[in-house]
Amino acid sequence: MPKKKDVKKIVFQSAEEMPTMPMSLGSMLYNKTGSWRNIRPEIKLEDCIQCGICWKFCPDMSIEIENEWPVVNYDYCKGCGICAAECPTKCIIMVEERK
Amino acid sequence: MKKVIMGNHALSYGAMLSRSQVIAAYPITPQTQVVELLSEMCADGTLNAKFIKVESEHSAMAACIGASIAGARTFTATSSQGLALMHEMLHWASGGRLPVVMGNINRSMAPGWSIWTDQNDSLSERDTGWMQYYCASNQEVLDTVIQAFKVSEKLAIPSMVVLDAFALSHTYEVVDIPVQAKVDAYLPPFKPPFRLTPDDPHAFGGLTGPEHYFELRYKLQKDMEKAPALIEETGREYEKMFGRYLGLVDAYRCEDAEITLVTSGTAGYTAHVAVDEMRKSGLKVGNLRMKVFRPFPFDKIRDILKKAKKVAVVDRNISYGYHGIFAQEVKAALLGHARVPVFSFIAGLGGRDITPASFREVVDYTVARPEPDEEIAWIGVKK
Repeated sequence: MPKKKDVKKIVFQSAEEMPTMPMSLGSMLYNKTGSWRNIRPEIKLEDCIQCGICWKFCPDMSIEIENEWPVVNYDYCKGCGICAAECPTKCIIMVEERK
Repeated sequence: MKKVIMGNHALSYGAMLSRSQVIAAYPITPQTQVVELLSEMCADGTLNAKFIKVESEHSAMAACIGASIAGARTFTATSSQGLALMHEMLHWASGGRLPVVMGNINRSMAPGWSIWTDQNDSLSERDTGWMQYYCASNQEVLDTVIQAFKVSEKLAIPSMVVLDAFALSHTYEVVDIPVQAKVDAYLPPFKPPFRLTPDDPHAFGGLTGPEHYFELRYKLQKDMEKAPALIEETGREYEKMFGRYLGLVDAYRCEDAEITLVTSGTAGYTAHVAVDEMRKSGLKVGNLRMKVFRPFPFDKIRDILKKAKKVAVVDRNISYGYHGIFAQEVKAALLGHARVPVFSFIAGLGGRDITPASFREVVDYTVARPEPDEEIAWIGVKK
């Protein structure tokens, strides 16, 4: 994913060229909500049974499935912990962020 | 085909003839028979639509929004507290520019609990960006649903078709139910300009900063301003095909009227009768029944009311601490256009009857005063 500073904000110059609906205005390319996070989910893949529950429950669509394994998108994960709470094998652990 | 049906079922037939594809509704109080009949039509195959039964009106509107953004023609119905519970989602439908059409039965807001009519439920949603049509007969209810879909889909703005509780919702009238093929010719299938589909992913309703939000709302208002002309145009088109004109207002004997009543809903038809009676006794009275409240039909209101010597607005609603809501808007619309005294009357709250005698009282009061000497004149209240 591109870093915040690398993304050019979409700014329409007139109402005319904007979509009628509030749709795909590109704001989430720019607004990386991952910076709000205090605790981060870490997945111990050796205990993962590939059930997809974390992917399904993530309210921010921040768990992606890559080659059948869950991968956290830390650009957008806000650290809510729902994935860790729902994981049936408890292989997702919430770890404090250190800066 | 002519049928004797209640107002609730006139909404159901309107939604059916419009070929609604998704109907989402909460089935318990304050719901009415509107969705009951629609659920039966879905079950027996009369209507090829997905009926989604949800756990609240908030969810009903949320489901309608989801269906509409996926490209389905969407209908729901509610009333009073149910409409209030939808409030947040009403903004999502209009802000999302989704042409949902909803029937609302004008029931008084609790407490005390009421199944009788006044307009405070729908008028509390005045500023949500929905168009609002106030109907006065079951025929008008059915016709307006079909027209509302056409106007809504052209402008990408949702519509509320409003009818009085009991006086229309549970009262049976003869209604001409148009032939499906003719309705199909009038109302072609819904073709949304944008829709959410897995084949072409988009984000809907995401974070919108100050650099864009203002323009989205500007565009909503600009499109709303196109609605009056479009309502008249589609109303004339409807008349050509079905013989019934659907306009912004219903002006009755206003041409030479000295006192013009401004009314809405079923009280507007009662006023027609009252006008005829008063005309017989030599009083030059007219009645302007407002059919469309949002968008506000400024031009029509000004053209008709500037001819009157006095205007008497009869509101079945109230903005507490101010006037009747139609009265305040009529006054604002006339300011700078006509110097005509506008009297604000409140009548019929909570379903108390508004009769021809009520209008006689309104006119007698207006005749007796050169201009209003109190902010509100109450009709039929036990003071």
